[in-house]
Amino acid sequence: MHGSDQRQPAGLYDPDHEHDNCGVGFIANIKGSKSHEIVRQGLQILVNLDHRGAVGADPLAGDGAGILIQIPDRLFREEMAAQGVTLPAPGGYGVGMVFLPRLKRSRDRCIHSIERAIHAEGGTILGWRDVPTDNSCLGESVLDEEPLIRQIVIAPPQGMTDQDAFERKLYVMRKQSHGKIWYPSRHSEGDETGVFYITSMSCRTIVYKGMVLSGNLPVYYSDLRDERTESALALVHQRFSTNTFPSWKLAQPFRQLCHNGEINTVRGNINWMAARRATMSSSTLGADLDKLWPLIGDGASDSATFDNALELLVAGGYSLSHAVMMMIPEAWNNNPLMDPPRRAFYEYHAALMEPWDGPAAIAFTDGRQIGATLDRNGLRPARYVVTSDDLVIMGSEDGVLPVPDDSVIQKWRLQPGKMLLIDLEEGRIIGDEELKAQLASAHPYQEWLDRTQIHLEDLPEEIGAMSPDADTLLHRQQAFGYTQEDIKQFLAPMGLQGDDPIGSMGRDTPIAVLSDRPKLLFDYFMQCFAQVTNPPIDPIREELVMSLVSLIGPRPNLLELEGANARHRLEVRQPILSNLDLERIRQIENHVDDTFRAITLSITYPASDGAEGMEAAMERLFQQAEDAVKGDYNILILSDRDVNADHIPIPSLLATAGVHHHLIREGLRTSAGLVVETGEARRVHDFCLLAGYGAEAVNPYLAFDTLSDLAPRLGTDAEKLHQNYIKALNKGILKVISKMGISTYQSYCGAQIFDAVGLTDDVLARYFTGTKCAIGGIGLAEIAKEAARRHAITYQGVLQFSGALDVGGDLAFRLRGETHAWTPETIGLLQHAARSGDQNRYRAYAKKMNDQDRKLRNIRALFEIKVSDNPVPLDEVEPASEIVKRFATGAMSFGSISWEAHTTLAIAMNRIGGRSNSGEGGEDETRFKPLANGDNMVSRIKQVASGRFGVTTEYLVNATDLQIKMAQGAKPGEGGQLPGHKVDAWIGRVRRSTPGVGLISPPPHHDIYSIEDLAQLIHDLKNVNPEARVSVKLVSELGVGTVAAGVAKAHADHVTISGFEGGTGASPITSIQHAGSPWEIGLAETHETLVRNRLRGRIAVQVDGGFRTGRDVVIGALLGADEFGIATAALVSAGCIMMRKCHLNTCPVGVATQDPDLRKLFTGQPEHVINFFTFLAEEVRELMAQMGFRRFDDMIGRRDHLDSQAVIEHWKARNLDLSRILHAVTPTAGVAIHQCEEQDHGLDKALDHLLIEKSAPALDSGTPVRIETPVTNTNRTVGAMLSGLIAKKYGHAGLPDGTIHVKLKGSAGQSFGAFVAKGVTMELEGGGNDYVGKGLSGGRLVIYPAKAGNFAPEKNIVVGNTVLYGGIEGECYFRGVAGERFAVRNSGVNAVVEGVGDHGCEYMTGGVVVVLGQTGRNFAAGMSGGIAYVLDEYGDFEERCNRSMVELEHIDEAGPDSGGDVMADMTRDDARRLKLMIGQHAELTGSDRARRILDLWDQYLPMFVKVFPTDYRRALEDQKAASGPAKLEGATVAAGE
Amino acid sequence: MGKITGFKEIARRDGSYAPVAERIKHYQEFVIPLPEAELREQGARCMDCGIPYCHNGCPVNNLIPDWNDLVYDGNWRAALDALHATNNFPEFTGRVCPAPCEASCTLNITDNPVTIKNIECAIIDKGWQEGWIEPKISSRRTGKRVAVVGSGPAGLACAQQLARVGHAVTLYERNARLGGLLRYGIPDFKLEKHLIDRRLSQMLAEGVEFRSNVEVGVTISVDEVLRDHDAVVLTGGSEVPRDMETTPGRELDGIHFAMDFLTQQNRQVAEEHIGDNRPILAGGKHVVVIGGGDTGSDCVGTSIRQGAASVTQIEIMPKPPEMENKALTWPNWPMKLRTSSSHLEGAERDWSISTRSFKGEGGRVTSLELIRNEWKTGPDGRMSMAEVPGSEFEIKADLVLLAMGFLHPRHDGAVDGCGVEKDPRGNVLADEENYMTSREGVFAAGDMRRGQSLVVWAIREGRRAARAVDLHLMGESSLPD
Repeated sequence: MHGSDQRQPAGLYDPDHEHDNCGVGFIANIKGSKSHEIVRQGLQILVNLDHRGAVGADPLAGDGAGILIQIPDRLFREEMAAQGVTLPAPGGYGVGMVFLPRLKRSRDRCIHSIERAIHAEGGTILGWRDVPTDNSCLGESVLDEEPLIRQIVIAPPQGMTDQDAFERKLYVMRKQSHGKIWYPSRHSEGDETGVFYITSMSCRTIVYKGMVLSGNLPVYYSDLRDERTESALALVHQRFSTNTFPSWKLAQPFRQLCHNGEINTVRGNINWMAARRATMSSSTLGADLDKLWPLIGDGASDSATFDNALELLVAGGYSLSHAVMMMIPEAWNNNPLMDPPRRAFYEYHAALMEPWDGPAAIAFTDGRQIGATLDRNGLRPARYVVTSDDLVIMGSEDGVLPVPDDSVIQKWRLQPGKMLLIDLEEGRIIGDEELKAQLASAHPYQEWLDRTQIHLEDLPEEIGAMSPDADTLLHRQQAFGYTQEDIKQFLAPMGLQGDDPIGSMGRDTPIAVLSDRPKLLFDYFMQCFAQVTNPPIDPIREELVMSLVSLIGPRPNLLELEGANARHRLEVRQPILSNLDLERIRQIENHVDDTFRAITLSITYPASDGAEGMEAAMERLFQQAEDAVKGDYNILILSDRDVNADHIPIPSLLATAGVHHHLIREGLRTSAGLVVETGEARRVHDFCLLAGYGAEAVNPYLAFDTLSDLAPRLGTDAEKLHQNYIKALNKGILKVISKMGISTYQSYCGAQIFDAVGLTDDVLARYFTGTKCAIGGIGLAEIAKEAARRHAITYQGVLQFSGALDVGGDLAFRLRGETHAWTPETIGLLQHAARSGDQNRYRAYAKKMNDQDRKLRNIRALFEIKVSDNPVPLDEVEPASEIVKRFATGAMSFGSISWEAHTTLAIAMNRIGGRSNSGEGGEDETRFKPLANGDNMVSRIKQVASGRFGVTTEYLVNATDLQIKMAQGAKPGEGGQLPGHKVDAWIGRVRRSTPGVGLISPPPHHDIYSIEDLAQLIHDLKNVNPEARVSVKLVSELGVGTVAAGVAKAHADHVTISGFEGGTGASPITSIQHAGSPWEIGLAETHETLVRNRLRGRIAVQVDGGFRTGRDVVIGALLGADEFGIATAALVSAGCIMMRKCHLNTCPVGVATQDPDLRKLFTGQPEHVINFFTFLAEEVRELMAQMGFRRFDDMIGRRDHLDSQAVIEHWKARNLDLSRILHAVTPTAGVAIHQCEEQDHGLDKALDHLLIEKSAPALDSGTPVRIETPVTNTNRTVGAMLSGLIAKKYGHAGLPDGTIHVKLKGSAGQSFGAFVAKGVTMELEGGGNDYVGKGLSGGRLVIYPAKAGNFAPEKNIVVGNTVLYGGIEGECYFRGVAGERFAVRNSGVNAVVEGVGDHGCEYMTGGVVVVLGQTGRNFAAGMSGGIAYVLDEYGDFEERCNRSMVELEHIDEAGPDSGGDVMADMTRDDARRLKLMIGQHAELTGSDRARRILDLWDQYLPMFVKVFPTDYRRALEDQKAASGPAKLEGATVAAGE
Repeated sequence: MGKITGFKEIARRDGSYAPVAERIKHYQEFVIPLPEAELREQGARCMDCGIPYCHNGCPVNNLIPDWNDLVYDGNWRAALDALHATNNFPEFTGRVCPAPCEASCTLNITDNPVTIKNIECAIIDKGWQEGWIEPKISSRRTGKRVAVVGSGPAGLACAQQLARVGHAVTLYERNARLGGLLRYGIPDFKLEKHLIDRRLSQMLAEGVEFRSNVEVGVTISVDEVLRDHDAVVLTGGSEVPRDMETTPGRELDGIHFAMDFLTQQNRQVAEEHIGDNRPILAGGKHVVVIGGGDTGSDCVGTSIRQGAASVTQIEIMPKPPEMENKALTWPNWPMKLRTSSSHLEGAERDWSISTRSFKGEGGRVTSLELIRNEWKTGPDGRMSMAEVPGSEFEIKADLVLLAMGFLHPRHDGAVDGCGVEKDPRGNVLADEENYMTSREGVFAAGDMRRGQSLVVWAIREGRRAARAVDLHLMGESSLPD
């Protein structure tokens, strides 16, 4: 199939969903000295980053690689001379590197377009050069796509001598060339102009890139091997894309940068750029500015878009570093450590541009300067080395270019939000401090701010509206669809507690479009969330990067470099406006000057127009908005306050999004602010949607009125309720935006981070431009009908509701409420069937579940399974005993459910050959051994979730499947929390934590911020347990298919697609209800994308999230699943009755509780569960027989056996279009459509084979061994495979201390020392990268820099980011500084290090960390256990520490000392313990710093601060009181029954 | 909602009864309610289940968790509204309902359900006591006329619902006073009749026209009713009792249908002296009640109050288990041994017994010849009965009350007069969706349609039929289903 066709959207696949992450690096000679050696070394870096890229089905086709260098003048001068062309002096000519179509007709058009553009701008074409290429190294799948590559050499317009001006002209020429070809008419049939692309057109730099394996880049481009190719810098990039469709354009570097990471807000950023067009003008570009449009879009990736915007800023006169700081600002507003001028700089620029938010390591250059920066949270790694021979080498990891140890003068890392800049003309490194201080002082930003920035709360008091009388209130509530649940489950708890409420179990109600009930428009949108390609953020623990600041009103001209200071800007600290705040805005004209003029536009329309009137009303609204902006109003308040019997409110979301997009289309959006005054919004989700579609602030007056009305009953005053409610909304909004990895409201605003479910493309295109929906759905007519129906219910007096609100019934079953799958009837029938073994009862159950003729509940209800004309006899169908092996129970942790429930499921699944899942939270090791009766309590699937609780090496080797939970259906993008009262002694022991102390699972895996990080974790786990399948659990959302393809390329053996109906033990209701999508959509997309990418055969696909019957299973199989996860139904058959009280520990049937009395009430038996699964398989067999399938495998992916039912009478559902789900991919012959191959994990290359071989005596008989070996950054996960073997043989206890001693030398690859078991010491001379000591399970790690190094180790970096993540036990000594997130989620490792980056000891629950130097910010966030000692020489530690969960104390030599075991009692013996650990550090690493501290002990000791978690101390003291001082830390507890 | 750990902390406590010796001296209700504080505490035991099984357990789908919580909260007024939202007459169900809701309560898994019925009764009693219950008079008139035939709980509920949406409703009752089974079938000691009267007073204010002593098809022609109304709803009871025609001695004096016995007693209490109210008295007699259901139980209590020498209740079916198999029954209504307050007042009960013959002297019954049965479950799962040879025995009986259930409604009069089709069991044929009979505009609800059942089912049918009628007349309905 032709590549470009493959990328066309069809079915559910959409190229817009593609993601990429990657490896970046550069090398530069600080003094600007050019050489071919730099190019060669750049290419070498690329090769050493190879493992960060990926290959798909075609082993020769990488995802793209490239290099950016300075224009090699010698090469061009000689080459052009050969053509008889004499080039002007260097810098006096530009070179364009052009990808051209092979088809001549198309090619000629492109060439013509370039030449015309150059001439139009006054340039002269000096000549063309055919770039020599050798395509013998290309994969067959990219050959088709290979462009013809030529270079064009251009002289500047007459008289133009300024190089910057010439560079700007070249930019205009390039934009014009592209624009002329791409935009007037998209290429038609047989036209190949889509291939056309100019990689660079500059007088300074040139980019060589392509769909080439990184090692083959110089093979393909012989220029790169040419000695005449000289440069002082080389910027390289290796791409890892989630898909494998070749795209030469999307290879990086782009013109000025390469990017590792993901811009989460790109949709909004694109919109805002477009919205600015009308208000933008530039003194440097002048009339040329207009020639740059369309500004964005010469490549569909976020990185390409970012490059487009950056180019504009630079062309508009900002320096490169200034522009990068505008787009990726540091976290400034919550940072007490930032100096005021810099803060002012950022605050000033915040009004100019919203952040481009997301994980990012950007390396950029304009040919004169080269630099790099990290996002505010430091979510991508970047390490650099400075050598004595003037080289700076930067890369995603350390060791990408080996340099002699003695030439290294600095080894450091990029820190969050920081920038590294090398000015080749000045010949020096400009540090972050200097660079930013200089920029911040270039203008009096604070003065400008003081003059222009208005804070809403500083405006004079206004009069806010009072709450109406009870009748009016009720009517309004009804008109806006309030239910009793809204009041009981949302408003009241939010008002009382100030938190977004928590619920449990999953959602089993229909999506809005299938519901009989009028739903709010908000319900047709699902929140998107981060998975794999970018991490979600923890908005609580990492609050410092979060911001709810919103700027209301017109935005300044982006390219106005100095004059913007005249304009006033209105800032609110958070976007929820009280009635009073809203009046301040409404009256702002009277308070400020004429800068602001607010106008209120009604978003209601006459009820007499009926539902049909809404479209016209929208058009009127658009016109009013447009007129208002043109009439110099610059704050629009969209208001539905005038709703009454005669006026129907337009759904506030429709009005907001519609006006937002209308103004964008008219180029007017940045001329005015958008504020919404609505009675409709009340839940967190509602506000997020309004924000996501453009609302800068929202006033939910009806929610406030309702709270005021509740106040007397709730026994508190209205004001307090309002404040708490706003607080709850704020927290909730932060949580939702952080799920997508977005940290600021400003960049979330307009970012449209939602999938629509059940709306037509027409509605989306017109009012929600850019939003996608997989299944079509209702149009404006039905939306209007729903609004009109609510209005009628209210004002035409319906007895049913008079005096009372609708019951709702979304959260809990209510007979007159929303339809649920789990009802008293279905639960009763299933339980009776499971307990009695009576298949007829099961059939009655399945019938109830499957028959949805009257009430639709899910998409699959609309499918018809086509029976065959040639059914097969039932007894010829694969037996149930085989089919049940495809079933697994869901991931439920021991902790969230009881021991009894957990082991019942495990025993049942083991008996039938299925799989049970440990869930997150470890597993009691007693379960690893079979029981006397032959039963087995082991969970075959071991989950590896973000908390890594109890993830020991022993745990990992006792599994057949290792599941990496990226997201959970009920709460994708969120972490979890196990409250202290659920952590009893037993659970504490299994989770390696302290009983009574709450546990926090972070939202992201801190070792997975991108797809290549995931590949690394897969590699780690595969090393520990090579026999186990490694699985990745994803949640259905649009684009999950491309993520799954990336997962397959990252070598996962198995992927789970979870539907949004999945369950949970506790989650914000906002997430349970409004995030993720039905599995039917996600599975269909996944299967299709994998087949298209020829990856389906090598990965097993499991689906879960609401499977209840055999029919569900069959539909899952037909849509493409190999395996099935069934949790809730299995739990119900074991006794769960859907109390939805899991989070409260009060489960009355002993399932989801740890209360000993309630656990006794558990009555489930393995037989019950087995009965259920057997019935399920039998139902599957019956359907298979009817369809004519004998083998389950034959059924997988056979969508031709599905039809969508023609008989949909439903007023909303009849509009659905299921063709995209049912779109059958026609696979090429020989391409698998179910799993039938194995992944190649490349384990044969592991250094551990050598270690294992040499450790044989130790493994066999415990004889000590010592091994020495060199190591490089391509040796990843060293020590894990060896440790897996030890754990298998000796369990967690391992070998005696020091049995295996491995001495290595060099820069180790990622995950050095991961999961190292007891008895193993790894001593590394050199340095480590990210994830050193991940999951350390008892071993010892000693790392120090090369002894020949020319720098002070304590001032240089020795190990990378996220070191000791999930460490269980063991010791570490690191001579030097560690990166960000040191010891995150450490459960028990004792470590000494000489400095750490931001977020040190985050979420730690045990162990002792000694930091002999400075820490970064946010130290100890979420730290609930263990202790840390920090040497606070500068007295600023308190400011760097997040003290919400810890106390700081000084250590006193004379403090309490037990005289006993120094590690036994963390409440005392501090001085002795500290001294001991520092002593060992000195001894093992030779640390001078440790030595000095010991020498001057009396002087240093007072400078140490002990960081002691409050709850931990309390728990230790309680324990001590209960059991006496003898056994404290690590006290073992009897393993229950 | 509620108190999260309430169910663990608070023991179930129900109202108690006045002592037997005292209560059998009169015909008044004898339940001693819990003090308000304790009752509110009982409300706290409700767990606000994710799936409130009680919802389905209750035929009128009462919003049980909601009002439990409101009672716990002390918010009686709102609790009353929530209660009335689904049930027109909680004061009846709060007294006489066997409370299937409690059987389906999640806490019944451990046999400690929330005292739902008691709480229901307390809410409505308080509502009346506080004067919160007022007529809900429709602000508009539809101009449509509806006849409701039969004033039992189904007819009352149906009439009230229809009146509240503005239809002109005429309620026909063949007896002197309205209430049907509530009035004449249920003894006063379980349901005092002034409770019915105050409801009727409310309905009168809401515009329902009462026409008692009128039997449609007898004292007034069906045609006339049909002609004068846009719709007719048949809400008569299941009045034809199961008999023992083939049992020798059935013709003897002293053998009565239970309903005749209960009705005459209620009329005596109400001092209603019209018609054929011939007293049937148990005083000093050995009473045998045949049939182990609720009606039989009412006969027991009434006989004891009349001063019976002994009361024996016999049942053909085997003795049900004292405790059901929860694993296979909950949340459904279980078959289990139920002991009523009347049983506690001094009756013998025996099971698996068939009556071979009635024996008598002088035309009056004196004893029963009985034989024991053995029940077996066949291969098809059906139970079958066989007499145990040699197990014959005889008991004394001066008064025999037949309480073996009811077959179907009376066919003479309205049913046959309307000419509607019947189902195989002899009930009026109509489905649960439309409630319309084979005759356009004629509806049926309650026992008339579904066969003998509970008061709460009758209320449900009446309400739903009202909605169906409203839909039929108006094309749309704002009445809840």
